Order: sequence, then C-alpha cells, then structure tokens
Amino acid sequence: MAKITMREAISQALWEEMERDPKVFILGEEVGVWGGTYAVTKGFYDHFGPERVRDTPIAEAAIVGAAIGASMRGLRPIAELMTINFAFSAMDHIVNEAAKMHYMFNGQMTLPMVIRTVGGGGRQLGATHSQTPDAIFAHFPGLKVVAPGTPADAKGLLKSAIRSNDPIFFIEHATLYQTRGEVPEGEHLVPIGKSTVQRTGRDVTVVTYSKGLEISLKAAEQLAKDGIEIEVVDLRTLRPLDMEPVLESFKKTNRAVIVEEGWLSFGVGAEISARIYEDAFDYVDAPIRRVAQKEVPLPYNRTLEQMALPQVEDVIKAVKEVI
Amino acid sequence: MDKMEHLDLYRQMVIIRRVEERAAELYQQGKIGGFLHLYIGQEAVSTGLISARRPEDPVITAYRDHGVAINCGISAKEVVAELLGKATGCSGGKGGSMHMADVTKNYWGGHAIVGAHLPIASGLALADAYNKTSGVTICMFGDGASNIGYFHEALNLSKVWNLPVLWVCENNQYGMGTAVERASAVSEMIQKASGYGMKGVRINGMDLMEVRETAEKMMAEIRAGSGPQFLEIMTYRFRGHSMGDPERYRKADEVHQWQENDPIGIHRKYLLDHQIATEEELNQQDDLAEKEVQEAVEFAESSPEPAAEELFKHIYVEE
Ligand SMILES: Cc1ncc(C[n+]2csc(CCOP(=O)(O)OP(=O)(O)O)c2C)c(N)n1
Ligand SMILES: [Mg+2]
Repeated sequence: MAKITMREAISQALWEEMERDPKVFILGEEVGVWGGTYAVTKGFYDHFGPERVRDTPIAEAAIVGAAIGASMRGLRPIAELMTINFAFSAMDHIVNEAAKMHYMFNGQMTLPMVIRTVGGGGRQLGATHSQTPDAIFAHFPGLKVVAPGTPADAKGLLKSAIRSNDPIFFIEHATLYQTRGEVPEGEHLVPIGKSTVQRTGRDVTVVTYSKGLEISLKAAEQLAKDGIEIEVVDLRTLRPLDMEPVLESFKKTNRAVIVEEGWLSFGVGAEISARIYEDAFDYVDAPIRRVAQKEVPLPYNRTLEQMALPQVEDVIKAVKEVI
Repeated sequence: MDKMEHLDLYRQMVIIRRVEERAAELYQQGKIGGFLHLYIGQEAVSTGLISARRPEDPVITAYRDHGVAINCGISAKEVVAELLGKATGCSGGKGGSMHMADVTKNYWGGHAIVGAHLPIASGLALADAYNKTSGVTICMFGDGASNIGYFHEALNLSKVWNLPVLWVCENNQYGMGTAVERASAVSEMIQKASGYGMKGVRINGMDLMEVRETAEKMMAEIRAGSGPQFLEIMTYRFRGHSMGDPERYRKADEVHQWQENDPIGIHRKYLLDHQIATEEELNQQDDLAEKEVQEAVEFAESSPEPAAEELFKHIYVEE
C-alpha cells in the first residue's frame, strides 16, 4: 500500500469519484483555476473542465444554496467552503435548508451533496480563521458530520460521502493535510457513522477524532513507556454518533478521557461523557476527564495559541489523573 | 390559448380564492396551527405565471405558497390536508402551510426563510445548464426578499453562470408591515436586477393575461439562451400578512381601492368582453370550484393524523 498524505488521499477520493460518476462536480471559491486554496483540487480544472470544477463568487450562501438546488435535481455537488469559519455565512442554508428538506417535505426531496470544508487552529491565523466549531454542526438532525483523522479514513469516508444520498458536512483539519499514512489505491470505502478503535489498550479509553487523534496517538506512545496502555477510539463521524466501540472499550477500562480541539463547553466531550454516564454508569471507576481548547478566541501569538490548544501533555496528564 | 384553457385558468384562480377563504375559517376554528399567509389578491400572478411554464420548468417559491401549489397541480385536497397537518397532505403533514411541495410536479416548495430559496433556485437552474436540458427555473419571492443578501448572491451567481432562471418578484408593496420605500433603497425592484446586468420587466399583476404573455415571452428568451431575466409583478395582498395581522401599517381606503382591482373580477370581465365565455359558463366554473373546495375540506377533515412512527421517518435517506 502507498504511503500518501491526507491531502493526496482526499484529492484521490475526489478524482476517482468524478471519474466514476459524471453527476459529481465541485463548486467553490478558488477550486478551479487556482487549484484549491489547500491545493486539494490541483489539476482538476484542466482535466475535468470548468463545468465540473466551478469557480464561484465569494458568496457562501450561494455556494451551499446552489449545491442544495442541484442535488435536489439529482446531481451530486461537492461544495467547498474555503474554511469552516466561512460556513457561518452559509449557516442558514446548511441548517435551515440542507438539514431540513428531506424530513420537512416528507421524504420527497433527497440531497446527495457534500460540503467539504477545512477547520482547526494552530497556524497563527488569528481568532476568526482558526476555529474548530465541529460540535455546532453536529447539533442538527438531518445533517451528517464527518471528520477523519487518518489519510485512509479521509479517502474512504469522502468516497462514501459522495455516494451517500444525505447532505454531509465533511471537515478536514488544516494541520493534518501533510499527515502521511497507508491508503488503499482505488476502491476504498469507509462507512459513515461508524467509530473505530485506532489503538488497543487496557488501562484508559481515550475518545477522540480528527486532530485529537494525532495528539492522542502521540500521548499513547509516551504513556506506553510508563507502562500505561490507552485504547484510542476514533469517532470519525460526529453525527450520527456511534457509541458502540466507545462503550465496549469503556466497559473494559472503566476510565475515559475525551480529547477534542474545539472548546470545552457544550462540546463533543460533553456529549460523549454524558452518554457514558447515562449508558455505562455501573462501569465508572473514575471521573471522566475532558481535554479541549481553552475558552478563549484563539490568539495570534504562537506561544499563546499553543497554550490555548490541547497538547499531548494535556492528554498524558488527564490519563494519569483518571488512573 | 383555447377556450378550455381560459376556463381552466379562471377556475384555478377561483379555487385558490375559495381554498384560502376556507383556510381562514379553519384557522379561526383552531384547526390550522402556526402561520397562515393568504394569497388572496395575488392569484393572477401565480396563475398567469405558472400557466406559461412547461412541465420541465422547475418552480420554487416562498411561504405564501398555497396558490402556487394549486397552479402547479397539487390538488386542493392535498393542500387543505397539509394545512390541517394530516397524513394525506402534500408534505405528509410535516411541512404545514409554508412548506408545500410536490417533486413529481417539478414544484420544489414553499420555503419559509425569506430569500433563502433564491440560491437554491440557482442550483435548480444549474442542473439544467449542467445536463444541457431545456428547463427554465421559475423562482418567486416578495419585495421584502430583495433586501436580504441571498437575493444578491443568487442573482449575481445566476448571471455569472448564465443560468436559465426567471426571477419573479411579487411586489405586493409590503414585507409584513414595512412598505417598500421604507425598506428598499430603490422603489422599483427591476433597478436591482439591472445592477446584475439583467433584463428587467415590470408589469401589472392584477391582469392574468399580462402576466401570462410577459412570462411566456421572457421564458422563451431564457430558453433560447438569454441567461437569467427579472420580472417584477405589481400586486397587492388583500388580507393581512398572516392571520391576526392588525394592519396598522396601511389604511383601509388603500386596501379597498385595490380590492376594486380584483384579479378574478378583471379576468372575468376580460373573458366576457372578448366573448370567450358566457356569464353562464363562468358561473358553472364557480360552482365547480366551490364543489372541489368543499370536497377538499371534507377530505382533509376526515383524513388521518400522521402515525406516531412518522416522527422519526425521513431524517436521513440512509440510516
Ligand atoms: C430571514 C428571515 N427573516 C425574517 C423572517 C420573518 N418574515 C416572514 S415574512 C416576512 C416579510 C417578507 O416580505 P416579502 O418578501 O415582501 O413577502 P410577502 O410576505 O409580501 O409575500 C418576514 C420579515 C423570515 N421568515 N426569514
Ligand atoms: Mg411583499
């Protein structure tokens, strides 16, 4: 198997799906001539042409809205929002239209569309361009929210997302684009809505996803040197949330730490911990700990920014606290 | 237009009027919940406009959607049943007054967030551009919707991409209680269209024939590749914005003056003056409409509520 970057994996998924199905097309700011702000669609414009790789005006509501309309009529648009921070300009269309349409019209309309976007902090882009508001999007029934943590999952989940008949919000973490991993060539599908164990262990269950996975796996290496074996469960999809592997692991370890890059309050960790308490209370041997971003708008200054973001040491500390 | 079609369009307007009058009663009786935005006074707009479409032309509108639904071929039965939230309604009782659709009729709904369906209409039209098919999307919205950002994003995109869409602004001169001149920088909506390099035409929406003929011409041009065009249709809603509107923002005189211009009366007179139909024939159409609406109300009232398991149905296509 080839070792490629997350960027290449995502690019591969898009390319293969566009080759496979002429109904699949991309629209967004700078996706065409420029080749994608994160170079994910480099070469697409020349190969697939301007009809299928459509540069748009800077108009997020129009991008998502047009994707909705086209998907209602059977096309399979992939709308790219340059970053997740600009998704707020299209929030109405994501929340009030895309997430509602199938239900509200009694199943008449289906929206086989993907919104691809880039989230996360850590690149000194300042408060407006560094957010990890994934939990917000996971709040709405009717939308599916996917956030891969490995190149292989990114490819497999994106291919599944493009083939799915539901609207999918697909979050890529900006600092994971260079992450390398083994990715199957050609057909490789990972089911949406399935969590998975990325590292087995007996002592503590660490639940995480996206950037949190990278941090947690690094923490696992270091903890192993102290003889502590954590089991890392990767959610991969935030909605619908698959708690099976989480609960199964927790019933074995009786201890949990949840790691996410978004803010602590009302976040993914809050949801997971509530569910563990509700569904596995008898197995709880220690208070569940959450590792998340400090409750501040992310500062520009590198030191301050890193102070606010969850670090490997934070995970190690939390794990040691629950043992 | 042949005589049959004339009579049919006349009857459609009367059906809409009767459905809405009955809806107002049902609302007073507490049988319809939520919001109810009546179309009374504006019937010639959607009836003329939709009569100019071909089956391949997608239609999408805002929440004042009962009339358009009927013009697009949804039966009065399904419309009233939807108003009552019944399982037999066109959206299974899950949409209500503001969310009526029938995809099999290429009618993509009622949308309740002001202006939000305009970008979606661009997408509907994009499907025809992409597939190189001949549909022209008709997107209807109010004067008030021209002030929200979506309007501008959608018009701009449609022009940049040369999409086959007819933007139809139903200028009934108020957005809720706010008169156009209090909310819009320009009083004529076609001025906004010209800002996006689009041909704009402004017509009288109380005259079905004027609406029909203008729409036909513009849609033919769009179908031939002109790109998007903008039709501003001057009209007036005879009733409040929704039920329970105290109407402090306009004078009774103004309303009465417009009611003199009843689009149904105007069209009736047209049919008589041009000897297209006789008084008797039109009365017969009135009776047919009355009967259809009476049956619709009976059907809706006797229809079942949605089953409890419907609550969790259709959240996703794939669970
Ligand atoms: C984004 C948004 N803001 C506010 C409202 C509340 N609202 C519903 S209808 C309406 C007035 C719209 O006027 P217009 O577009 O002229 O349509 P009309 O009611 O006259 O048909 C308002 C403000 C809404 N539904 N959506
Ligand atoms: Mg209005």
